[in-house]
Amino acid sequence: MGYMSKVLLSAASGAAMLLGGQLGPVQAQDGKDANFVPLFTYRTGPFSGSGIPIANGMRDYLEMLNQRDGGVGGAKIVIEECETGYDTKKGLECYEAVKGRNPVMVNPWSTGITLPLIPRAAVDKIPVLSMAYGLSASADGQTFPWIFNPPNTYWDGLSVIVKHIADELGGLDKLKGKKIGYIYLDAGFGKEPIPMFEQFAKDLGFELKLYPVAATDMQNQSSQWLGVRRDKPDYMVMYGWGALNPTAIKEATRINYPMNRFISIWWPSEDDARSAGAGAKGFRELNWHGVGTDFPVLKDIQKHVVDKGLSKVAKGKEGEVLYNRGVYNSMLIAEGIRNAQKLTGKKAVTGEDVRRGLEAINLTPERLKELGMEGFTDPLKLGCADHNGHGAAFVQEWDGEKYVKIGGPIKPMEDKVGPVAAAAAKDYVEKNAGWPKRSEACDSK
Amino acid sequence: MLYRETGQFKTSYKADMAVFPIRQDRIGLAIILLLAFVAMPLFGGGFLLSAVMIPLLVFALAALGLNLLTGYTGQLSLGTAGFMGVGAYACYKLTTFFPEVNLIVWILASGFFSAAVGVVFGLPSLRIKGFYLAVATLAAQFFLQWCFIRIPWLYNNNVSGAIEAPVRTLFGMPITGPHATPELRYLVVLSIVALLTWIASNLVHGRIGRSWMAVRDMDIAAELMGIRLLPTKLLAFAVSSFYCGVAGALMVFLWYGSAEPEVFSISQSFLILFMVIIGGLGSLIGSFLGAALIYGLPIVLKSLFPMLGLSVGAATVEHITFMVVGAMIIGFLIVEPHGLASIWRTIKQKLRVWPFPY
Amino acid sequence: MLYNIFIDPFVQMAGAPDLLVQALWDGLVSGVLYALIALGFVLIFKASGVFNFAQGIMVVFAALTLVGLYEKGVPAWVALALTLVVMFLLAVAVERVVLRPLVNQPDIILFMATFGLTYFLIGFGELVFGGNPKAMITEQLGLPRGVIDVEMLGGRVSLQKIDIAAAIIASIMVAALAVFFQKTRIGRALRAVADSHKAALSVGISLNQIWVIVWFTAGVVALAAGIMWGARSEVSFALEIVALKALPVLVLGGFTSVPGAIVGGLIIGVGEKLGEFYWGPLVGGGIETWLAYFIALAFLLFRPQGLFGEKIIERI
Repeated sequence: MGYMSKVLLSAASGAAMLLGGQLGPVQAQDGKDANFVPLFTYRTGPFSGSGIPIANGMRDYLEMLNQRDGGVGGAKIVIEECETGYDTKKGLECYEAVKGRNPVMVNPWSTGITLPLIPRAAVDKIPVLSMAYGLSASADGQTFPWIFNPPNTYWDGLSVIVKHIADELGGLDKLKGKKIGYIYLDAGFGKEPIPMFEQFAKDLGFELKLYPVAATDMQNQSSQWLGVRRDKPDYMVMYGWGALNPTAIKEATRINYPMNRFISIWWPSEDDARSAGAGAKGFRELNWHGVGTDFPVLKDIQKHVVDKGLSKVAKGKEGEVLYNRGVYNSMLIAEGIRNAQKLTGKKAVTGEDVRRGLEAINLTPERLKELGMEGFTDPLKLGCADHNGHGAAFVQEWDGEKYVKIGGPIKPMEDKVGPVAAAAAKDYVEKNAGWPKRSEACDSK
Repeated sequence: MLYRETGQFKTSYKADMAVFPIRQDRIGLAIILLLAFVAMPLFGGGFLLSAVMIPLLVFALAALGLNLLTGYTGQLSLGTAGFMGVGAYACYKLTTFFPEVNLIVWILASGFFSAAVGVVFGLPSLRIKGFYLAVATLAAQFFLQWCFIRIPWLYNNNVSGAIEAPVRTLFGMPITGPHATPELRYLVVLSIVALLTWIASNLVHGRIGRSWMAVRDMDIAAELMGIRLLPTKLLAFAVSSFYCGVAGALMVFLWYGSAEPEVFSISQSFLILFMVIIGGLGSLIGSFLGAALIYGLPIVLKSLFPMLGLSVGAATVEHITFMVVGAMIIGFLIVEPHGLASIWRTIKQKLRVWPFPY
Repeated sequence: MLYNIFIDPFVQMAGAPDLLVQALWDGLVSGVLYALIALGFVLIFKASGVFNFAQGIMVVFAALTLVGLYEKGVPAWVALALTLVVMFLLAVAVERVVLRPLVNQPDIILFMATFGLTYFLIGFGELVFGGNPKAMITEQLGLPRGVIDVEMLGGRVSLQKIDIAAAIIASIMVAALAVFFQKTRIGRALRAVADSHKAALSVGISLNQIWVIVWFTAGVVALAAGIMWGARSEVSFALEIVALKALPVLVLGGFTSVPGAIVGGLIIGVGEKLGEFYWGPLVGGGIETWLAYFIALAFLLFRPQGLFGEKIIERI
């Protein structure tokens, strides 16, 4: 092998020196207090269609706080994006690069990146905010004190979809004898709800048909939809991501599937529906926050960020579903920091403080109004045991131009979801022998 | 100057044929090993060890495995990531079934499972050659990845569909899980990679390696000279897959900590193939150099932008990184089509005869 | 079990012939699209011996350029013409920067160089046009949209107009290529280069010129493929993954045969559709990802040079 390692070592140490410049705790340029918020984003790669609006939303809200209020609680927010390309490898690299710089939390924005971070969070004292994705079982704060996945899990989402279908039919008992198809990304994310779906099918007496779509065949779904034509399910449920969503909506219009019986989890965007043309009218998906810019918080973002040319968002794209989801995500970050400042009395907080701050999140209607989010989303309260909130979601329908909210909020079926989530958390602990018992104190009672 | 072999006499055939015939090479190797085993863990720091060195060694090992097959035996394979996955999943199953046995044993043992799978998918190589063979290994790649998704038994029915490395210890210290220090993880990876590299070096310099190279250069001629093609090619598939399997197990247990099937996707296979080609086909050093270039270059480039004081978005950095890496690959190939290892050989040759041009 | 594998699928086929026809049609259409991607590979492989890994990304890049230009306000048809210019410039650049310095290198080195090209094009495309997926401008290009429903066999078979257009365009393209290869002067030169670089050079054929032409033709084919795939879902870098399906098609048809690419594409397209639709549910579905490779492998075991490939003659 000879000299290869020498070259290798010098290359590596060169890299280290280069990186050395970046390491060390972050401070604002003028030496004032600052909080470091790394954002793991993916503006490149096959999932960039979903990643770009989320990244813009997250960034613009935090930037707006910096511009309007000078940060949170008098401390500026140092925002830094790290590009993951939805690749676990790069995500871990990002994590290693930021973890020594006192980040107040990380937002992996990929289930694949979240999973390896779950055991590390407690050791590195960095909370993980995986908003409505990641490991559903991590909603249990007693088992996973460092992981937060508000405001609802994929299981909650599924129960809301089932309830919505039942409402359409006129009652849960009307589901008997019906056929429901499930088209999903054939990966952890899409497969997670299946056991619960099967349980629902058994309890409520409907028939479940599965249509998996491999990540490599996201743009090539004609066989799945041929299967839909054969089986003629009464309703279709979709858990998709990236290019899966627009292709599925297009294929559904091609076989003339009634769009108002096609209900998705909360990830399809406006573009996904728009690209299918007029036939997509009536397509439904879950959501838990408003769309459009008719909210004070979005007006502020437009005024302080977009109009000043500080945003990367394309004209007219602010206010879209995934953009607003990024805004919601950043609002949780800011609330976590603010609560941590209140609890500790410090301006510059640490990951440990923010973990307590996130547990203290209590978005009352009054608080939402202060945030400029009145009517934007429902109240949310987290606690030491509940890191999720299991909030209600509503259904929105594509009218050809935009998503329109139909019907009121639907609460998840706590009696069905709760036991499954508890069992999953228990299963995780059993499989990871030596999983630590919660030792973190609890602030809220 | 320093690198001169004047006065080093060889008195036996064995000495002349040694892997490192020049004394300076042997000293150099010792220094490198010393640096890698002692200096690196002492002064490396968390980021360098866990985000640069461990991945680099893992990729180097996988590239080494592929190089044995593609570079030494001439069988193109695009299923590397699939075989790595077999190693990772086998190790996961073994260590959850028998948690009391040391993880290192299972990491090495899991290589045998991927070797067995490799042999099965190597069978068509007897009839199919060149780029056509790539399709057999691609079949392995996609089929294996499908299995990782579709067979819940492989991931112990985890709800997340992923495998998670349980905490395992070595001499009472954790080597996996969140409490494992980067230093220890690095040393474990480095030891395994060094051991396997030493074995590979002995393999390729011995009878087996020679028969592999004979098959690569022309299999019909090799057959006429009395090399039995079936066992030779299948052995190459087995050894190569063994290395890839161990690399996969190391990747999940000592680097990632948990992995979804998507980790073992086709793009990973291509990445490793490119490490082998850019490093140098049929060169063990090349596998390390290739891994360093293809994995390390983007990291270095990424950190260059803040160094230069340019403030550009993370996405733009990524785009430019892609462009520069692409351009550099083409550039390297034009300068030296036989890979970094060949550049290295040329430098060495020049040094030996320095200051004379030849 | 045996019943489920060997009998039940055929019972289903007979029971719902309209679905069978639909499956066949869908298979044929995706086969045509695979064939279009494979065609680009074949052209380049034939003339320059390069296994062009970048063909998949060229498909994306061409489509992205077209849509990106349109989004910047260029009229659709002008954008189309400009895209052709861009593809021509790309061909010239590839010939100058990649092929000429690497002439006479082993296949695998050229293969590697096209990987470098892939990286470059990904970065360049995203830098210029952004990474967000775009909708293909089908209507603006005069491509039909909508469905023709045919009542037959006691059911309904729906044919997408865009798919029919794809089939027609692909056929025209293949026919044009065939005429171009057989009847024109450049075509004859191309075939000469394919047979032997040295012999072609010695009779005064400019290799460089031929390479530019071939890469440009492959670029045009890539654009057609990009438009068709883009119309099916959207123009994004995820399309690159679909391009991998061209590999089994190529292998099946033989790397050097244009008809091979077409026939290979159709076999793979129909085979994987029928397989997924009728046999997939037995093992939980999703077998489409690997079935194509196994089909190709099965053919290869009998004909190691592909269906239409030139017979491999080895001498010592």
